[in-house]
Order: sequence, then structure tokens, then C-alpha cells
Amino acid sequence: MMGERRALTPFQPTGPYPQVMLDLPTGTAIPLSAAARGERIVIAGRLLDGSGAPIFDAMIETWQADATGCYAHPHDPRAAGADPGFWGYRRVATDNDGRFLIETIKPGPTSPSDGGNVRPAPHVVVGIYGGGIPYRYVTRMYFGDEPANGTDAILALVPERRRSTLMARRDGNTYQFDIRLQGEGETVFFDV
Amino acid sequence: MSVTSDSSIYPRPAAGVHPPNTTADYRSSRLRHPKEPLVVIPHTPSELTGPAYPYGHLAALDADLTKQHAGEPIGQRITLQGRVLDEDGRPVPQTLVEIWQANAAGRYTHAKDNNRAPLDPNFSGAGRTLTDAEGRWRFVTIMPGAYPWPNHYNAWRPRHVHFSLFGQNFLTRLITQMYFPGDPLHALDPVMNSVPDPRGRERLICAFDIDRTEPDWALGFTWDIVLRGRHATPMETR
Repeated sequence: MMGERRALTPFQPTGPYPQVMLDLPTGTAIPLSAAARGERIVIAGRLLDGSGAPIFDAMIETWQADATGCYAHPHDPRAAGADPGFWGYRRVATDNDGRFLIETIKPGPTSPSDGGNVRPAPHVVVGIYGGGIPYRYVTRMYFGDEPANGTDAILALVPERRRSTLMARRDGNTYQFDIRLQGEGETVFFDV
Repeated sequence: MSVTSDSSIYPRPAAGVHPPNTTADYRSSRLRHPKEPLVVIPHTPSELTGPAYPYGHLAALDADLTKQHAGEPIGQRITLQGRVLDEDGRPVPQTLVEIWQANAAGRYTHAKDNNRAPLDPNFSGAGRTLTDAEGRWRFVTIMPGAYPWPNHYNAWRPRHVHFSLFGQNFLTRLITQMYFPGDPLHALDPVMNSVPDPRGRERLICAFDIDRTEPDWALGFTWDIVLRGRHATPMETR
């Protein structure tokens, strides 16, 4: 199966119009199925630049486990138990106010990494793309009201003063999660 | 395949392969990059999984951008094709490849594109396909036009097609742009030149391919895309 070593294709920005791709009426724009198990939530936030101005030409994508913490992917040892009614991928363009809205279900605690026995706190992986963003940003949204945040191995790698930037605030069934690319309250981004 | 969270099987890209988060010449990146350092994390099941399955629904004409409307779009008809591979040269089968692009006049089908060029009612400019068992993909479309943009005085984007790919997991995700050979705008483009390594910039340019050019019908271009790979580690050497 192995072939000749190949050099990576470099990243380039989406530019300001990722919506053109998202507008193609088939494919990944799958609405949250009525059959999905778990608590229905909305992730709502704004994407802001270093001056606090909204970023209106970006795309936010999310990847997460189902309500019991299973990923529908062969790498997850619990994949066989993944909810067939739920697909953990979402992507949306930001609007004129930099807002994004993602309807999903609240993920459960995922499997620990090999060699670990502490289950990670529930979280959503977030990718950010757009005009003026040459290489994607990766962050995580955690749920501010989860006691497991205190023992999460990834959160422990984040300087304590900055952890609050990863915490979504609950308001009814909505979790508010603003993303600041630069400056005061700058969101923590990960090198993966 | 053993399940492991050992980061060494997905080594981080070498410095200079991807663009830095900002460059002085790419103006809109100035307020859109973090000033704090990125936090390096090990690869957990959240990164080693990803939206690889299921792929969603594809319509028959998603890969032919010239047949999505009642009439044919204006422009030079072209075919784009190639393979998706990983860094070890393994084909990436059954992965989603998506494209979007400007029309022949250099305008996107988007309300905020105010380039003074005509829209084409027969061209939306987005396509989608799956790679086959050997990692091959193909689109039929039209040659996109170059277009002006406000980055600096008399700034023009070279002709390009945007690509979005998923690969095996969240680590292999790639969004990029493919350029056409021989375009004099390459050397002047801050977006293409945000890639530090000149060899990396070369890898963003497709090749004209007379063998893929169809007589009396369409010019052919080929381009291989290389995603981050799951390298064999010394422990796994056989």
C-alpha cells in the first residue's frame, strides 16, 4: 500500500465566499435528525477580530461525539455503539454580525486516550476558516456547567487564566460561545 | 489497525509547509490572527476521528458544474482531475472533494461580491464528488476568471479553484486553492505567496494535460492533492 513519500499540499484561505460551497444543495448540510438521541442544544456565538469587529465572511465547523460520547468513526473503540441517527459534523457561514448558530445535541464524555483512564469532559472540536485566515484555527468548546472540566487532560494544558475562553455559557437550551481571534479575551487555539 | 493516541503517527507538518497565521502583505489577516501562542495538544479520539463517514448525499450532476442549470455557462470548458494521496503515497479512497470558484468573468455567485463583472445565470460555481478506490476524482467546469480585490492598489487574484477535503479524520482536513500554470499573477499574489516554501507554492499549481484534453470539447488539467498521513513509526517497521 505504501508508495513514494509525497510532500503535503499547503493550506490556503477559503477567501470571503465559503458560502458558495455551502450553497450547493446536497451533501453535508444535513439537518439535525429528529431521530438523534440526547439533549437538543443550540451553540450560538459570534466570531470577532482584534478590534472587536464581527467577522462576516468565515465558516465555522464542529465535530463532536454523540449523547453517550461515541464517535461514528472506526478509530473510536466504542464506534459500534454510536447513535445511527446522529452525525457529529456541522458547518455554517457566519452572518453580517459574525454570528453562527449550530443545532446539535449535547455530547457525552468521550473515550479516554490509550493509556488513560479519566474520561475527557464533554466538548466540541471547532475549526475556523475564512477570508484573512491563511491556515485554519482549531479550538474546543467545553460546557461551562460540567464538573468534569476540572479533570480534563486537555484543559489542564491550557494556562488557567485563559481556560474561561473555552467555556460556553448556558442560557436555557442555548450555549453561548464567542470566538475572539485576537486581543482582549483572545480564544485559546490549539496546535494539533 | 491498532487504536492508539500516539501523536507520532500523525507528525505535525514541518515549519514552512503551511502559511503562517498572518503575513504583512495579506492585509485582512492582520486583525484575524491570535497573538498568544497556540497550545500544543496530544491527539485524542476527538482529533483521530472526523467526519469521514457518512459522506452525505451526492447528486449525479454535483461533479459537472456545466450541467447544473438549463443552459451552458459561458467560458472555456475544462476538466480537472487527479488523486488524493497521503504523505506516504497511499491513495485516500471514498473521501469528499468539494470545489467552488468564480465564473469566467471573475465573479462569484455571492451577494457580497461587488466585482463589476457579469453573473452567469448558468453557473453557480460549486461542485462535489467522492474519490474512487484509487483516490481519483474528476470535475467538469469552466476556466475561472481572475478578479480584482481590495488588498492593495491594483490587486488581482490569479485564476484559482477552491478545494475542501476531509480525509480520514479531523487532522487530515485541508482547505486550499488550486492555481493554473503560467499565470503572471502568481508572483504578485499575497495569498499564494503566504506559503513560505516556493516548492509548496508549486504544489498548488495544476498541470495542463494533453492526454486528459478531450478533442473538440475541453482542456484537461491534472492535480494531485496530498493530505497529512499516518506515518509508520519505527515501532511499526516491518
